[in-house]
Amino acid sequence: MKFWVSAGIAFALAVIAAATLKNEYYFFAGYTVLMFVVLATAWNILGGYAGYVNFGTPAFFGLGAYTAAVLFKATAAPLALQILAAATMSGLLGCAAGLLTLRLRGIFFAIATIALVVIIETLFNNWRYAGGATGLQLLRPPPTAPFESYVKMLFVLMAALAVAAVAIARYIERSWIGRGLRAIRDSEEAAECSGVPTLRLKVFACTVSGALMGVGGATMPMYLSFIEPASTFNLNYAIGALASPMIGGTAGYLGPVIGAILLSTIQQVVTVTISSEMNVMVVGVLLVVFVVAAPEGILGLIKKWTRSSSR
Amino acid sequence: MDKILLKIEGVSKHFGGFSALDGVSIAIAGGERFGLIGPNGSGKTTLINCVAGSLRHDAGSIVFDGEEVSRLPAYQRTRRGIARSFQIPRPFASMSVLENLMVPLEYVVHRGLVVTGKTEAQAQDEAMAILRDIGLAEKAVTPSNRLSQVELRKLELARAMAARPQLLISDEAMAGLSSNEVSEVLEILFKLNASGITIIMIEHIMQAVMKFSQRIVCLDAGRIICEGTPASIVQNPDVQRAYLGA
Repeated sequence: MKFWVSAGIAFALAVIAAATLKNEYYFFAGYTVLMFVVLATAWNILGGYAGYVNFGTPAFFGLGAYTAAVLFKATAAPLALQILAAATMSGLLGCAAGLLTLRLRGIFFAIATIALVVIIETLFNNWRYAGGATGLQLLRPPPTAPFESYVKMLFVLMAALAVAAVAIARYIERSWIGRGLRAIRDSEEAAECSGVPTLRLKVFACTVSGALMGVGGATMPMYLSFIEPASTFNLNYAIGALASPMIGGTAGYLGPVIGAILLSTIQQVVTVTISSEMNVMVVGVLLVVFVVAAPEGILGLIKKWTRSSSR
Repeated sequence: MDKILLKIEGVSKHFGGFSALDGVSIAIAGGERFGLIGPNGSGKTTLINCVAGSLRHDAGSIVFDGEEVSRLPAYQRTRRGIARSFQIPRPFASMSVLENLMVPLEYVVHRGLVVTGKTEAQAQDEAMAILRDIGLAEKAVTPSNRLSQVELRKLELARAMAARPQLLISDEAMAGLSSNEVSEVLEILFKLNASGITIIMIEHIMQAVMKFSQRIVCLDAGRIICEGTPASIVQNPDVQRAYLGA
């Protein structure tokens, strides 16, 4: 109940902001922050709960974005349909990639996911209908009422998608599925010998994670009115999606949310005040600091402090 | 004698050019207390890994409760009634003691049911009952990474018990324990066997194996070198040679 009230308040704030604030830049920046909330939450389902470090975020994100763009180009499909198609395609990719790669562990799995990004990017680089390497220009339709601007509409939509992604992650975390995934992370052999169908569960996590990453990318072509492979399959998405849960904490659904809001906001501020080139450096420095000083992230630090103050 | 619960027939396992098991055949009756001994590297853990499904054997067959289980993955074998503890304890470190038991309860015992608040509460009651039997009830909410060595050993057995096995494989559950703690774990294993569970004990503490087992098999270099009652095993010159190198 507390979760749904907080989620409702957060979403209401997004709607109020869209209705009252005039400066569009806030919505451009806010959209990116919320998009990283979706990506980080999606990453954490496989990377955080099951302990399988996935560098393939751009593959799922990019496939979602391209699915939406191609569908729009072919049929002028509405946004809802684009998002649904993106989730389906990226989910299917997650399932297929999971079946092929989740027998690998540790660094071998991580390498396989990087290879996935290269493969998918190469496909879109050579697909002329989708614009090839030069990309595809898209003409946004007018925003749906009551929104007066398309970017504000996308911002509110992304807020709703972020709430949905976090709700799904929370459900998984608290269910028997989440317990099984945590058992896999702690000891895969012991989990299997405790009756956990480890491969099936990992493939499920990879499918859900992939689908949510696809959802994160689905509105990107409309947000930019443009899509091209080099920036869509950029490894910065992988780093951001991985760094946010590491900074916030991978143990619970709140960690990626806190991490993504903190990291993406800092990145937005750095972009405006210093330069966009500094973005990756900020992520790198924060990641090193947290991995060394607080391996359980901000949530872990809070837990530690509350434990020591209650003694 | 009860009917055969586990039948291992001509099982072999190679790691590259090294033969870890070479045509091992063992039949274990339901309700039996069975001891598996042998010097380090003799193939004991490899054999139970093959039985539990952690490893696939190269040749031979493993029949459990009348069903060929050789091709089944480990989780399917657990669901059919084969549970094991690990030589080096492998607790689910991010979970409490109680949660460790909830994993097999949810994935083996209450699997297929919609997990509602009621079934979760029922599973927790069952987990607590097992912890009380094993003597870990007081540690139910303790994170499993804060347990002592003997508590970890007990947790391994408790988690295996939560899968409601017909066969429990105890892989060196007493290694590194004091004599009092060995007696404590031994008592638990006797109690579990009295409730009808067949137990395979792999152990280096000979007093414990001799006291516990009704029948013992000794492995050396992947082969069975002798089989018999504890009294006959200690007299066997092949066993003495394997252990003492005489």
